[in-house]
Amino acid sequence: MVAGVAGGLGERFGIDPVLVRTAFVVLSTAAGAGIAIYLLAWGLTHEPRPGETVVRLRPANQARPAIALGLIVFGLLLVLREARIWLGDGLVWPVALAGAGFAVLWSRSDSSERARWAAARRRFPGNPLEAVFAGRISFARVAVGALLVATGMGAFLGGTAALAALPTVLLAMAVTVTGLGLILGPWMVRLTRQLTDERRQRIRSEERAEVAAHLHDSVLHTLALIQRADAPPEVTTLARRQERELRSWLYGRPDGGEERLSSAIEAMADRVEEHHRVAVDAVVVGDSPMDERAWAIVHASQEAAVNAAKHSGAAQVSVYVEVEPDAITAFVRDQGKGFDPADVSEDRRGIAESIRGRMRRHGGSAVVTSEPGEGTEVTLTMPLESA
Amino acid sequence: MSAVGAGPPPRDPGQPAGRTRVFLVDDHHFFLSGLRAELGEEFEIVGEAGDVDGAVEGIRHSHPDVVLLDVHLPGGGGRTVIEAVHRDDPEVRFLALSVSDAAEDVIAVIRAGARGYVTKSISPSDLADALRRVHDGDAVFSPRLAGFVLDAFRGRIAGPVDPELDQLTAREQEVLRHIARGFTYKEVGRRLHLSVKTVETHVSSVLRKLQLSSRYELTRWATDRRLV
Repeated sequence: MVAGVAGGLGERFGIDPVLVRTAFVVLSTAAGAGIAIYLLAWGLTHEPRPGETVVRLRPANQARPAIALGLIVFGLLLVLREARIWLGDGLVWPVALAGAGFAVLWSRSDSSERARWAAARRRFPGNPLEAVFAGRISFARVAVGALLVATGMGAFLGGTAALAALPTVLLAMAVTVTGLGLILGPWMVRLTRQLTDERRQRIRSEERAEVAAHLHDSVLHTLALIQRADAPPEVTTLARRQERELRSWLYGRPDGGEERLSSAIEAMADRVEEHHRVAVDAVVVGDSPMDERAWAIVHASQEAAVNAAKHSGAAQVSVYVEVEPDAITAFVRDQGKGFDPADVSEDRRGIAESIRGRMRRHGGSAVVTSEPGEGTEVTLTMPLESA
Repeated sequence: MSAVGAGPPPRDPGQPAGRTRVFLVDDHHFFLSGLRAELGEEFEIVGEAGDVDGAVEGIRHSHPDVVLLDVHLPGGGGRTVIEAVHRDDPEVRFLALSVSDAAEDVIAVIRAGARGYVTKSISPSDLADALRRVHDGDAVFSPRLAGFVLDAFRGRIAGPVDPELDQLTAREQEVLRHIARGFTYKEVGRRLHLSVKTVETHVSSVLRKLQLSSRYELTRWATDRRLV
């Protein structure tokens, strides 16, 4: 038996440290309150280390070292019993049983996790049976572990209580376990689901980042090159639009569902570019959720931008929107030919009136400044009720 | 997109020395050759590199006036280049460019020491103008960069505030707003009744604050907008 202990210890260094640690804990627990045994265990685990660490075997079969560890513990317990360093059969054996169950449960979560990862890595060329098998093993281990723990607890209670009280004790245990299950069950299910969701989310976002990096390096560069080249205007516009779309996908809010002022302004700029063959540069500082007032700003600036595209002759329109706690301000500007506000054509005035009217209906205002040769700027102001 | 300051180009051609010496750093081959062709006439291209190590070594070797630097580079990114070069040679000026408008990338490279930022879709003449400005010691703010900076300095911050670094003055905000609206420095000056030089001073001061402020908002803002 002493030789068995030594052999087991010899093999021990090739295995998962988690398992070793668990076994160590089990061992000291099984030794109970005997400090001398605790120290003896320490001594035994330290002694062979210098020579053995060189041979770091990683056995394919996780069961072998676990069994070896179990034998070590069992052997030690027998030795201790013979040596009469013993707190009594009624205490030590149940504790050892429960400890063994605990170890089985712990090593289960560890190795089955690894098996699942290995299976996932091999999924494409490998066989799906393996994954199923790993799952089945882990289920068996849970069952065995739980049974061991339960038996240990039962033996402890049964040993200390009078034999006649055993049914009552078992009943009490069953009730307790059921109660715990009812209390903790739903919580654990939710926790598991959350963990799975989180992992899925993480994998998805990692993939997204990878795709984004690739697009950034290749496609965005090509689009930038096209815009710099002397390409026909339609091609340049197309490249601009694609770039804007890609950029908003790359750097936009990940949730994407709820529209915000910044994205609405970008979309507005996109529409104007598409229909009027003019470059629209939009800069938004701050952001706000969309409401009637925000929509009024978006629509009024669209009208102003379209107006600039049609009449100013400029190739570019700048849109700047700033959200402050008490107001949203928007500037739509071109560097085109401009006009004398005192002397404007009927349709132009009509547009200015429409912009002004839209802003006014929602409590805002619009000011058009222009000078011949100096371009035009439309300033839209929408006060917000400060919350 | 027009870089700010794009106006009639000739900015005092009476400088005695030869052409401005420019070093190009970009890992995209096509882009690099395009740049070389565009800028070769006005500037002296003293070297090129496609990654961080090559750039650091080449810049140390050739001592350019201005480095045109891609924000995204294999081997650590543009900011690594700036930090490494500035350790020995703080005189070299950097103009960052990228296809990306991700705010945190842009702010990071400015905070590392770049004097400005333009996007790669900038027109060749605007790019030449931006290089000239950086060579003259000015800061180059595109409307988008001005927007990013205004965003970064928004709101109040908890805890002690260093007004020298953590806040923009009303004047600086006003200048940035105009730049974000698409005005050139000259136009900003005229509208605010300032000289162009004063506008440039304001912009440089904003740049300094952006580089030196340890304002909490700056970091939080960058994390808020982190990709995915």
